[in-house]
Amino acid sequence: MNKQIAIEMKGVTKTFGSVIANNNVDLTVYKGEILAVLGENGCGKTTLMNMIAGIYYPDAGSIYIDGKEVNIHSPADAFAHGIGMIHQHFKLVDLFTAAENVILGNSSGERYNIARVSGEVKQIADRYGFRIDPDKKIYDMSVSEKQTVEIIKVLYRGAEILILDEPSAVLTPQETDRLFEVLRRMRDDGKSIIIITHKLHEVLSISDRVAILRKGEHIATVNTKETTAEALTEMMVGRKVTLNIDRPTPENVQDRLVVKNLSMVDIEGIKVLDNISFTARSGEILGIAGIAGSGQRELLEAIAGLKPLESGEIIFNRPKKNLPVSFYHKSLSDVKALAAENKFHYEDGTPVDLTGMTNREIRALVNEGKILFNEDDVMNLRDKTPLQIREVGVRLSFVPEDRLGMGLVGNMDIVDNMMLRSYRKSHSMFVDRKRPSDLADRVVEELEVVTPSTHTAVRRLSGGNVQKVLVGREIAAAPAVLMAAYPVRGLDINSSYTIYNLLTEQKKSGVAVVFVGEDLDVLLELCDRIMVICAGRITGIVDGRTVTKEEVGLLMTKTDSDTKKEV
Amino acid sequence: MKEFFKKLELPFHVVKRSTIPTWKAMLIRVIAVLAALLLCSVLSIFMINANPIKFLTTMLDGVFGSSRRIWKFAKDLSILLCIALAITPAFKMRFWNIGAEGQTLIGALAAVAVIVYLGDSLPEGVLLLLMLVAAVLIGAIWGGLPAVFKAIWGTNETLFTLMMNYVATGLVSYFLLLWTPSGSSVLGRLDKGHLPIIGHEYLLLIILVLALTALVFVYQKYTKQGYEISVVGESENTAKYIGINVRKVIIRTMLISGAICGFAGFLIVGALDHSVAVTSVGGMGFTAIMVSWLAKFNPLIMIGTSAFITFLDQGAAQITTTFNTDSSFPDMVVGIVLFFIIGCEFFIGYQLKLKSREEKSAAAATAEAAESKGGNE
Repeated sequence: MNKQIAIEMKGVTKTFGSVIANNNVDLTVYKGEILAVLGENGCGKTTLMNMIAGIYYPDAGSIYIDGKEVNIHSPADAFAHGIGMIHQHFKLVDLFTAAENVILGNSSGERYNIARVSGEVKQIADRYGFRIDPDKKIYDMSVSEKQTVEIIKVLYRGAEILILDEPSAVLTPQETDRLFEVLRRMRDDGKSIIIITHKLHEVLSISDRVAILRKGEHIATVNTKETTAEALTEMMVGRKVTLNIDRPTPENVQDRLVVKNLSMVDIEGIKVLDNISFTARSGEILGIAGIAGSGQRELLEAIAGLKPLESGEIIFNRPKKNLPVSFYHKSLSDVKALAAENKFHYEDGTPVDLTGMTNREIRALVNEGKILFNEDDVMNLRDKTPLQIREVGVRLSFVPEDRLGMGLVGNMDIVDNMMLRSYRKSHSMFVDRKRPSDLADRVVEELEVVTPSTHTAVRRLSGGNVQKVLVGREIAAAPAVLMAAYPVRGLDINSSYTIYNLLTEQKKSGVAVVFVGEDLDVLLELCDRIMVICAGRITGIVDGRTVTKEEVGLLMTKTDSDTKKEV
Repeated sequence: MKEFFKKLELPFHVVKRSTIPTWKAMLIRVIAVLAALLLCSVLSIFMINANPIKFLTTMLDGVFGSSRRIWKFAKDLSILLCIALAITPAFKMRFWNIGAEGQTLIGALAAVAVIVYLGDSLPEGVLLLLMLVAAVLIGAIWGGLPAVFKAIWGTNETLFTLMMNYVATGLVSYFLLLWTPSGSSVLGRLDKGHLPIIGHEYLLLIILVLALTALVFVYQKYTKQGYEISVVGESENTAKYIGINVRKVIIRTMLISGAICGFAGFLIVGALDHSVAVTSVGGMGFTAIMVSWLAKFNPLIMIGTSAFITFLDQGAAQITTTFNTDSSFPDMVVGIVLFFIIGCEFFIGYQLKLKSREEKSAAAATAEAAESKGGNE
């Protein structure tokens, strides 16, 4: 091979405080190739690329472009060297058209002529096979169109080296295929393309070479044709990993949570959930697939009692076993009063009569879990607050998407975060840190949380460990329904598989698990049924064992107009 | 100009620290205070013709020079600490209560009103109790009102609490006019409703505030309500997610905050001034924010920070007398010291690293490349 080098990094090192993000990394990119930078989350691949794009500045090492050493201090410097980066989060002005966004910030001193820019945008699009309307406003665009605008913006400025950070994260399989087509054409045109990703199958399908990073170090760069998924994983993780998810057949399936005709509007009055009906069953994992922002978050928050509904019902069918009164942490006088109203029964079904018993005897019965509540078997959770849901004895656990902003408090230590769920127990006005502390110890040990101690602020833990703390706490509440939104986002392969296993364990113990995921391959391997939503509507509920990725992908973008066209 | 900024190169990087040992953080703070005092003493040479050593010894003398001064120091510290304790739960909840001044003043006014209207007809013990109840209650109302509006309609608490200060001041002016038949608007020392004196004139006050300190410390750290305050302050979303009634917590906390302010007003009347004026609180409602913030809302550390700020105030006042200047120089001293203390937090969070020589030369090369490229276009 006799290729020209486009960009070369030698001995690049970057540290943040005591964390070494990149250590002595060498990397070469040729002209006319697609290089995949592969590594687990937190291995430093984005940091490395940010140094080429002028967002960070290396602590040591040099960067050469066309053989000359350069110093990239800002994104403007990067552009001057023909480097453009397409970030995961788009940086576009919603009210502007595509062409206006493309010209934005170009201070070349020429007269502003939007018609000419539109023409040029069209030219670039035709050359590489993009589908774009230069005069369409950004707010009218789909995610994939916005991404196209970002790429054209970079090309318009004359970029020869393009860096794409996880470009497929927000795309459907079909859109990803189309993007890859375009990227191949750009490569054939002599451009250098760097793709940051952690998805193996993408690496294998698009790249010419793969650079693998692990814990900030450059492990190897290999030709894609000469490698396999297994070999890449081993280099990425540092040891052999089995990538199989266990999916036992559901047993003793019962309808646990029945959602009927649920609709919801946001603050601006736009319908975010439209007539959603489905059933989550015990002993089963129900996957929810869809493009990010299709209403997944709103749906789970609505069920958890965090958002008011416009219409619809959320019916909870209680497991046949009733809960002991100790679950509700009622005071002794409450217990007596409730007993007088015939609200309790013993395990064998006989009613409880507390007359003539001493307080100590009653307390012993309560603490041993002998007294059970007479519960309604069916209950509507609509318009109940999270606290009310708990008070009526519905054990609903929820692992929200925003871990540190909703599920946990970043500045509090593990013990205090464990206490979030349980601090109301006991009647004293003081908090009891003994039990949360025991729980913290147990979670740290069983889920192998890496932390200096249980008194470390969770904000200081890595993403995977934060998630283990959150999932550990939610599982510890012995849920009847467990909802998890993107529980493996940002996690390394090992932590991800730990979480998958935990969900499967819960399913086996009879919990109704609802799993919102983004990686279709995982959804297809893990879930018993998959519900696909698009723009707040259900477009299909399919069997996870038989459905194909392409079918799910089609459902993810199915709208009324599409359906009509097909007919 | 653009070119100038392009070529302007700082000789160091700013790097975020991930952790810093406690001793090192304390050392940085001590160095900051020393540097501030050094700067002040240098300034003192030029501005008031004082030698720097004399400057420092005067400050120390002003605070610890006699037992009367020490007692005054302890008294001022206690009142400041009491108001700081009041705002701490609110600030911990990220409710920016800058109305402690008004909440304290209105508490003092209520206490005085009880003396004025009931002082002659009630025995001293009952009178004191009534003063306490009235002061605490009205303080709670003054603090609770902005909280209700914030909780229900999402109004801005900073503006609301600030405005309540002016209402309180206005009310005091009005009642003073009402109570002084001569129209002088200066209410003399009332001889009813005095807190009992044990040992020293100020001892009971100091003991009460220390007890309150312990109480607030325990409340924040070990009670469920204190825990809820922390959760709401850190993340309202998390609070909602686990089922905390955020509105209730906001209102409850501000009722407590206002009540403690009212208590401080009661102390000012019952133990110190035995009267009320628009200047009774004298800006302590705002200084208290500094006390609380510097201590990172920890009541025990607040004993130290309020001592420090009281020291600066009283020491600077001594300088005014000794060197015969007006109060602008002491004000400047206080400003400089506080600036250094707050500024040094930057060096606790970040560190500076010198750039190597190669980086500098490479930077020059890039600037050239950028220029030549720009020229081509």
